[in-house]
Amino acid sequence: MSTETKPDIDIDRSVGDFRYEMDYAFDAGVGLTEATIDYISDVKGDPDWVRAFRKEGYRKFLEKPMPTHWATKDLESIVFENIRYYLSQGQIPKRTWDEVPDDIKRTFERLGIPEQERKFLSGVEAQFDSEAAYSNIKAAVGEQGVIFVGSSEGLKEHPEIFKKWFGKVIPSGDNKFSALNSAVFSGGSFIYVPPGVKVKHPLQAYFRINAQNFGQFERTLIIVDEGAELTYMEGCTAPKFETATLHSAVVELVAMKGAKIQYITVQNWSSNVFNLVTKRGIAHEDAEVKWIDCNIGSRLTMKYPGVVMKGKGARGEVVSIALAGDGQHQDTGAKMIHAADNTTSNIISKSISLGTGRSTYRGMVHVPKHLKGCKNNTECDALLINTNSRTDTYPAISVRGQGNAVQHEASVSQISSEQIFYMQQRGLSEAAAMSLAVNGFVNDLVQQFPMEYSVELKRLIDLEMEGSVG
Amino acid sequence: MSAHSSSSLSIRDLHASIGDKPILKGLTLDIPKGEVHAIMGKNGAGKSTLAKIMAGHPDYTVTSGDVLLDGESILGLEPDVRARLGLFLAFQYPMEIPGVTIANFIRAALQARLPEGEELEATDYYAKLYAKMDALSVPRNFTSRSVNEGFSGGEKKRCEILQMAMLEPSYAVLDETDSGLDIDALKIVSAGVNALRGPNIGMLVITHYQRLLDYIVPDKVHVMSEGRIIHSGDKDLALKLEAQGYDWVEKEFGESGTKAA
Ligand SMILES: Nc1ncnc2c1ncn2[C@@H]1O[C@H](COP(=O)(O)OP(=O)(O)OP(=O)(O)O)[C@@H](O)[C@H]1O
Ligand SMILES: [Mg+2]
Repeated sequence: MSTETKPDIDIDRSVGDFRYEMDYAFDAGVGLTEATIDYISDVKGDPDWVRAFRKEGYRKFLEKPMPTHWATKDLESIVFENIRYYLSQGQIPKRTWDEVPDDIKRTFERLGIPEQERKFLSGVEAQFDSEAAYSNIKAAVGEQGVIFVGSSEGLKEHPEIFKKWFGKVIPSGDNKFSALNSAVFSGGSFIYVPPGVKVKHPLQAYFRINAQNFGQFERTLIIVDEGAELTYMEGCTAPKFETATLHSAVVELVAMKGAKIQYITVQNWSSNVFNLVTKRGIAHEDAEVKWIDCNIGSRLTMKYPGVVMKGKGARGEVVSIALAGDGQHQDTGAKMIHAADNTTSNIISKSISLGTGRSTYRGMVHVPKHLKGCKNNTECDALLINTNSRTDTYPAISVRGQGNAVQHEASVSQISSEQIFYMQQRGLSEAAAMSLAVNGFVNDLVQQFPMEYSVELKRLIDLEMEGSVG
Repeated sequence: MSAHSSSSLSIRDLHASIGDKPILKGLTLDIPKGEVHAIMGKNGAGKSTLAKIMAGHPDYTVTSGDVLLDGESILGLEPDVRARLGLFLAFQYPMEIPGVTIANFIRAALQARLPEGEELEATDYYAKLYAKMDALSVPRNFTSRSVNEGFSGGEKKRCEILQMAMLEPSYAVLDETDSGLDIDALKIVSAGVNALRGPNIGMLVITHYQRLLDYIVPDKVHVMSEGRIIHSGDKDLALKLEAQGYDWVEKEFGESGTKAA
C-alpha cells in the first residue's frame, strides 16, 4: 500500500542554515560602550570625522526610545548588552576569491555566490559578519568609471563624493536603529555611477551572519549620477541559533537628475534574527528610485523603504513581498515623501502569513498642500494561510492640496480548502498545492524580478510552505 | 451479480455523511476499465457527493463500505495519492487558482507524478499541451491565463477535459461536464472525451441530459436516488428518463418501492 511521508518540520533544508567554526582576529567583545566604538574606529582606521559621527550616533541611540508603543513589544527582547558589535578576520576585502581565506570562501561557495557572479553579475561584494571578505567589479564596468567598494574604502578613498551624501538621506537620529547603525557601522557597499553610465548587469552584495549573539550593521551608500542607471541586489542569510541575532542596516540611495536606481532585496534570515533596517532614497528631477523588497524569515523585520521625491517629475516605487512564517512578524511597508510637483509614487505590497505568523503593512504617503500634479497609488494584499495567522494594515496617507490624486486598495484573502482539494485532486501534495497557490498570489510581482532571483524566491517560498504543512 | 474484476473502480455498499447528515446510503457500483457508465438522478440525489468522496474530499465521513481502485481500497489515502494512482475528477464547479497559469498548473501536476529528481521535459510537455489544446479548441493563449480565473462556464469545463487529457487517468469521473456548454462546445468536449475512451480507462459520467449520451454513448446507465443506485440499464434507460422523468423509477425501484417489494 502506498503511503505519503509528510515533510518533517524539524529538518531545515534551507540553503543558509549551516555554520563553520571561526577564529576572529578582531573582536570588539560583548556589549556597547564608547570604548566599543573606539575599538571599531581604531581597527578600521577611521578618519576623525567618522569617529565623531559614530559617537554622535551613539548619543542619539541612547536618547531615542524603543518604538515599542507603535511597533511591537518583542523589541524589548533585544538585549543590547549581550550583543557582539564587531567581528572580523581582516578588514581588507579581497579582489579575487583565491585570496579569500578558505573558511570564509567555503561559506560563500556553498551559497553559490562565485557562480552567480560569473553567470550574471557586474560585480559582487560578500560580507562575512562585520567586514566584506570579497569585493570585485568586472573590469569593463570599472573602466566606465563605476566605483563599487566597501563602505570603509569608500569613505577613505572617495571622501569628496562620500561625505557629501553620507548620513544626508537618513540622518543618524532618524530612528533608534539608524542611530545604532551610525555608531557601529561596518561593511556594506559604496557605489558611484558616473553621469550617463547605464550599468548593464546588476551589482550584488551578499550579507552573511556567521556568529552567534552578533549584530551586523552594514551601511550602504549608492549615488547614481545624472542620467545613469543601476540595479543593485542584495541577499542575506544566517544559520539558525538559539539566541537572538541583530541585523540593523542603513541604506541610502541618491538618484541625480534623470537617474534610475533599482534596489532588490531577497532576504532569508533564520528565525532568530531581529532585522531592523532603514532604507531611503532621494530622487531628483525626473529620477526614479524603485525598491523591490522580499522579506522571508527573521523573528521580527521592521523595514519601510522610502523615497523622497525631491525634484519635479521624480518617481518612487516600492514593491514588497513579505512572508511571515510561524512565530514570525513582518512589519513592513513604504514611505513616500512628495516634495516637488508632478511626482508619482507607487506602492504594491503583498504579504503572506502562515501559522501564527503576522504581517503588518505600515505605509506613509505625504503630499503637502503647496504641490500640484502629484499621484500616489497604494495596493496592499494579504494572504492568510491558517485561521490563527494575522495581518494588519496601517496606511497613513496625508494628501493635501488641489490636483493631487491618491488611490488606495487593500484586500485580505485566504486559500480555501476547496482550492487545495482541487489541486490535490490533480496529484499535488498538500504542501505543493499550498506552495503553488502562494506563488500564484505573488506571481505578478515576481515577474518584475531578474530571472535568477525569481527562481530563488520561488525556492524559498516552497521551503517555507513545505515546513508549515503537515 | 458478476464478480468484481480487479481492473475496475468499485464502490461497495458505501455509506457516507456530512456532519451527522447521511448522504450516501449503501451505494454499490462497478466501473470496469474500458467501459463508460452514466449516472443520472435528481438534484440533491448525492451524485457530486459520490464523486468527491471517491476523490477523498475531507469534509465527508465514510461510515461504512469501501471504494476500490483495481482491487485496492483507496479510502485511507490522501486525495493527491488517489489522483496519482490514476483517479481523475472533472469538477462540477472547478476552482479558480489566482496567479497560477494553466501551463504551470498542469506541469506541476505532471511533475508530481515523476520520481523525485526527475524533471519534466519542457519541449515535449508544451508540444503535447498545445496538441491537446488544439483538439479541444482551447485557444493557445490560455496557457498563460490563471487557472479558471475569469473563465466562462464552458471554458472551465473544456479546461477540465484538457487536464484529463494531459494527465491520462485510468479512471475518470465527469461531474456535469456538459452543463453550461453550448452545442458546438458539447460536440468538441464529447469528441475529446471519446478520444480518450479505450481499454485503459473507465469513466463515470454524471449528467442531467440524455443529449450528452448521444455523443458519449454509455455502456450502462444508472439512476441514483437518495444516496443509492436504484436502477441500472443500457443507454435506452436515459431516453426513457428524458421522456418520463424520475417518478416512475423511484416508485418502482426507490426506497418506498424496495420496501413494498
Ligand atoms: N457540505 C455540505 N453541507 C451540507 N449538505 C451538503 C453538503 N454537501 C452536500 N450536501 C447535501 O447533500 C445532498 C447531495 O448533494 P450533491 O451535491 O451530491 O447532489 P447532486 O446529486 O450532485 O445534485 P445536482 O444534480 O444538483 O448537482 C444535497 O442535499 C446537499 O445539500
Ligand atoms: Mg452535483
